[in-house]
Amino acid sequence: METKSKIRWSEYNKEIADDNFFYLRSCIRQNFNPGAEQVFLSILQNNLGKNVFDDPRHTTCTGIGYHSDIVPFETIQTVIARQFSLMTERGYKNCAVSCITSFGCYNEVLSTWKEFPEELERTRENLQKATGRTFEIPENLSHACDIIYKFRKEIAAQARYRLVDKNTRQPLKIVDHIGCHYAKIFPEKGVGGSEYSRVLTGIIEAWGGEAIDYPERRHCCGFGFRHYLIKNNRSYSISASRKKFESMQPYQPDMILTNCPGCNMFLDRWQYALAQIEGKIYGGENGIPVLSHEELAGLVLGYDPWKDLGLQMHQIDVEPLLIKLGVEYDPKQKFTGLNGKYINEPEFTGCLNLKN
Amino acid sequence: MYADLNRKLKEDVRLEEGLQACMNCGICTAICPAAEFYEYDPRTIAITVQSGNEEKIAALLESDTIWYCGQCMSCKTRCPRNNCPGLIINVLRKLSQETGAFIKSRMGRQQYLIVKTIGANILQYGYCVHPTSLVPEIHPEQGPVWNWVYENMREVYASVGANLDGEGPGAMRKISQPDLQELYKIFKISGGLKLYQTIEHFSRIKAVELGLTNKNGEADMEKYTQYLLNE
Repeated sequence: METKSKIRWSEYNKEIADDNFFYLRSCIRQNFNPGAEQVFLSILQNNLGKNVFDDPRHTTCTGIGYHSDIVPFETIQTVIARQFSLMTERGYKNCAVSCITSFGCYNEVLSTWKEFPEELERTRENLQKATGRTFEIPENLSHACDIIYKFRKEIAAQARYRLVDKNTRQPLKIVDHIGCHYAKIFPEKGVGGSEYSRVLTGIIEAWGGEAIDYPERRHCCGFGFRHYLIKNNRSYSISASRKKFESMQPYQPDMILTNCPGCNMFLDRWQYALAQIEGKIYGGENGIPVLSHEELAGLVLGYDPWKDLGLQMHQIDVEPLLIKLGVEYDPKQKFTGLNGKYINEPEFTGCLNLKN
Repeated sequence: MYADLNRKLKEDVRLEEGLQACMNCGICTAICPAAEFYEYDPRTIAITVQSGNEEKIAALLESDTIWYCGQCMSCKTRCPRNNCPGLIINVLRKLSQETGAFIKSRMGRQQYLIVKTIGANILQYGYCVHPTSLVPEIHPEQGPVWNWVYENMREVYASVGANLDGEGPGAMRKISQPDLQELYKIFKISGGLKLYQTIEHFSRIKAVELGLTNKNGEADMEKYTQYLLNE
C-alpha cells in the first residue's frame, strides 16, 4: 500500500554538493575493498570532471572505537574537528564521506554542535590546545553513495554496460542493503529517509536493473561493533546476516548492493561462514555477489574488475554477475599481482569448495 | 560505591538528546536486533534511566544488559517520541567504565580486549582496523580469500592501486608521525587516553581478584586476556 508517509519519504531528496569535495576515507573499505575508493575518485575526476581532494593527513574518525565505547564523545568530536580543519586548510567546504559509521558520527557531531553550542566551543578549545588548529564547519556533508546517486544519470549516459542480463534481456534482480547509520539516526540526511531509502534503488533503476524489496530490507547486517570485534560475541553478527539472507533468498537476487563498507564485507563473508556451518548457499552459483555503489558504478562504466576494482578481494565470486552483464574480463588476471605476475590462489572462493 | 549517578548521567548531552520523555510503548524493543538475540529490552533501560532510581541504575551499570546493544540505532528511527535508547546506552557504558562497574559483568569486562585491539590500532596506525592486525587464525570467518590477501599483502594491495604503508595519499597509506602525534595529543587532551587507562586500571584490579597474577602478585594481563577470550 502506498501510504502518504511512504510517498513523502521516497520522494525526499537531501542536499548533495555538486563539486569540490574533500574526501574522507573509510578504515574498513581501505582494508577490504581499497579498489572501491580508488574507483570512486576516478569516477568523480575522470568520468564526471569533478574536483576532489584526497588528503593523506586525515586519520580514522575513530567511529568504530566510539560505538564500541572505548573512545569518548569529547574525543571523537575533536578528531572530527581535525578532519574539518584539514578541509578548511585546503580551501574546501564540502565533505565526501566513504564510511557509513563515519557518516553517522559526522552527522551526530554536527547536530550536537548545533543543539549545544558549548560542545562546539569546548571542541574548538580542545583542538586548539592539542594541535593549534582552527576549523570551519562544512557547508555540505554527503556520503559517497549520495554523490553517485546525484550523478546516476550522467553515469548511465557514459555506461558501457546496463544492469540487464545480456542473454535474457531481463533487468537484473538486485536487493539493496543500507548501512544502519546512513539514515536511521538522522532520516533527513538520507535520500528517501530511513524507511523508504531511495539512494541505492534509484541507482539500480537508473542503470537498468530491477530493485527488489524484501521483508528484512531494513534489518541490520549485524556488525554490532563490540559484537563482531569480540570473537565470543560473533554469533550475534552472523545471526543478523542470516536473517537477511533467509529473507532475500526467495527473490533469487542476482546481487546485493550495499553502501556501507562494513555491511559489504559482512554480507560477503557471512555467506561463506554460514555455508561452512550449515552447508547452505542462499543464492547464485556459489553465493550471491555483494558489491558496493562504487564497485557497481565502476563495473557499468567499464573499469577492470581486477586491476581497477579489486573484486578478487571478495570471498563470493563476481564472475556470474560479470557474465550476465557481458563485462569483458580476463579470468587469468584475477589472482595476479603487479605487472600481471601470478601470485598464487586462495584455497577456494565462494561459499563452498566446489573443487573437491 | 557509586554516588550521584543521575547527576553524572545528565552531565552528558547525549542523554538529553536520547531521552526526552519515554511513554513505555516498547517500539524500540520490537525493532531491536539485540532484543531478538539476547534477553535484552531497551524499553526497560529507557524507563529505568527515566525513573532516576539510583539503585536500579547502579545495577544496570554492573550488568551484562547494557553491553548487549549492537548500536545499530534502529530504535531511533521508530521511536514516536524521538528518543534513542542506543544513545542512552552510550551514556550508561561511559559511566560504567568511569566507575569501574564494567568489571562486574562478563560482557563489560570485554572492553579491555577492545582497548587492546581497536584502541591500540587507532594510536599506532591512525586506523581503527589495519590488515596486519586481521590475523586469519583469530578471524576464521574471513575465509580463504582473506587468507590469500593476508599472505600476499604487499602484492595484492599494490595490484589494486592501494598504497599500503606508503608515503602520500591512497588507501591504507602510512599515516605520518606528525599526524599520529596530533591524534595522540587530541586523545590526551580530550579524555581518550584517560578512558583507555581507566579501563586498564580496573581490568588489572579484576585480574588480581581472579588470581591471574605473576610471581610478584601483580596482575598478569596476558593471562587475563586469555581468561576473557575463553570466558
